[in-house]
Amino acid sequence: MIAWLVAAPILVPLTTAALCAVFWHRPALQRVLSLGGSTLLLILAGLLLARVMEGGVQVAQMGSWAAPFGITLVADTLSALMILIAAVMALAVAVYALGDVDAVRERGGYHIIFQVLMVGVCGSFITGDLFNLYVWFEVMLISSFVLLSLGGTKEQIDGAIKYAAINLIATACFLLAVALLYGVTGTLNMADLAVRVPHVANKGLVSTIAVLFIIAFGMKAAVFPFFFWLPAAYHTPAVAVQAIFAGLLTKVGVYALLRCFTLIFTGDMGWTHGILMWIAGATMLTGALGSLAVRDLRRALSWQVVAHIGYMIMGLAIATPLAIAGTVFYLVHDIVVKTNLFLGAGVVRRLSGGDTSYARLGGLFTAAPILCVVLFVPLASLAGFPPFSGFWSKLLLVRAGLAVENWAIVAVALVTGLLTFWLVGRLWAEMVWKANPAGEALGTASLGGAARVALIAPLVLLSSITVTIGLYAEPLMRLSAMAADGLVDPQAYIDAVLGAVPTTPTLVGAADTVAIEVQP
Amino acid sequence: METIMAFAVGGMVAGAVYLFLSRQLLRVLFGVILLSNAVNVAILLVGRLTPGQAPLIGQGQEVLGQGLANPLPQALILTAIVIGFGLLSFVLALVYRGYQELGTLDSSQMRTAEPEDAV
Repeated sequence: MIAWLVAAPILVPLTTAALCAVFWHRPALQRVLSLGGSTLLLILAGLLLARVMEGGVQVAQMGSWAAPFGITLVADTLSALMILIAAVMALAVAVYALGDVDAVRERGGYHIIFQVLMVGVCGSFITGDLFNLYVWFEVMLISSFVLLSLGGTKEQIDGAIKYAAINLIATACFLLAVALLYGVTGTLNMADLAVRVPHVANKGLVSTIAVLFIIAFGMKAAVFPFFFWLPAAYHTPAVAVQAIFAGLLTKVGVYALLRCFTLIFTGDMGWTHGILMWIAGATMLTGALGSLAVRDLRRALSWQVVAHIGYMIMGLAIATPLAIAGTVFYLVHDIVVKTNLFLGAGVVRRLSGGDTSYARLGGLFTAAPILCVVLFVPLASLAGFPPFSGFWSKLLLVRAGLAVENWAIVAVALVTGLLTFWLVGRLWAEMVWKANPAGEALGTASLGGAARVALIAPLVLLSSITVTIGLYAEPLMRLSAMAADGLVDPQAYIDAVLGAVPTTPTLVGAADTVAIEVQP
Repeated sequence: METIMAFAVGGMVAGAVYLFLSRQLLRVLFGVILLSNAVNVAILLVGRLTPGQAPLIGQGQEVLGQGLANPLPQALILTAIVIGFGLLSFVLALVYRGYQELGTLDSSQMRTAEPEDAV
């Protein structure tokens, strides 16, 4: 029974996608199915998190193959929390899509591909097997290619080509890293890897593989040297697609980094986490500066996606329990805020006649005052105003940085916060206070009855989540701390996957052989 | 034999990187094909080369004997080939569509999504 619950985050969107595909010619039914599937996913994700909090790490061995041999699905606090928050985003975006995704895109299979994307995202969060993670990344990748180019405007094709090219290279890096790791340890199960990697004689090779993983996941997460594809592509597709990409896709890369660099590669933290620290600082600064350099709302937000990945990597690089808790908190906060901002930018784009360059924006406060209040929440949270969620997450990370006396990274984090504050001020001035250059701006009433509800309701939902986290941070803080404890000391995770008595690997051959094999 | 294969993988990766440096998108794609094949050969290599030793469990035995080929890397390669094929065919179609829409395959001239004047 538990196995079904653990597998549910994969099975539910997969079934929904299959059902949508059966009713290919009936978009109206697909919409209902997509909404229903997302709701069911949310309920089951909530149940799974409750189960994990109550009973610890939940494990399901697929096909009843014992742990290191078959594919294992593992739900610890982090996985369950990520799946829950992904399910909330899926539901919000599914509602928004009712008012946003046009008939052409719907006929092109939007709802099906969206659900398949969720299969990939949830699969990546729940799997306990490295090669399986590769497969889920590919599921996510192919569906994101389709979603990105669905609609086929020139802009989209241009963005999609760049996105596809860099991601194919990242995929090859990931596969190579997985292969090499298998070569030195003889296993692909993450818990088993955590046991075996410390026993590998050739430490240099392990560090090399770790750096390959940083490159592979870093390209997904859009960190410093590998971020160029993101501002090139994220502002081009339908708003619903942008929002789910900005909210979830890069975060899956962060999650994968978080998982691998707390569970598997902890042997040479001075080297691997030192690299991550540099990456974190550079990512924050370039993202924030890039967002100030462009003069378009949606492109500025794309750059901000990059900037805030830096904060999460910073927490991972510091790697104390407080810092990891900060990263987990930041992940949840950032997923909600980024999705919300892109959805909001979509509404603003409609009101300003299909263009979000600063020259065309303005007058929103007189036209749509309530929308402005709703939009203020994610913007303020982005900049880290108290009492919104962004403030607590930044506070945790800065405190963690001060605790280890790493002044440089704290300074970079605070400067990035200041630059973000500058950007938010500029966005607010251009979008809300400035008089509209075309005369009167349109109010939300112009969106039309049903579409208005579908477009605004997700914004209100996500903004209220941000406010709730901000005013009542305690439950999420406790969850983050729980998740961080599980990551910093993964013994419970390993025991749950491999069984209470972990099999100590037997080293075959002399120290010069890198292969480890368990004797039958 | 393993050394030769390792150098072959290195050569293929070097060729792929050389192709990535081109502005011509089609060359970049050929680079991707070369790289994914290099990775597939690398997976085969990490399973150790055991020519002529098919992974068959002998009669009356429960597990695979020592010195026989490792079947897992081959299963991994098979998965990787299938996935790589799917991705590549999509991207080739995408690039063709890009050529139709944008009229060029020169990546330095593809500025529709990021127009120069807006930066």
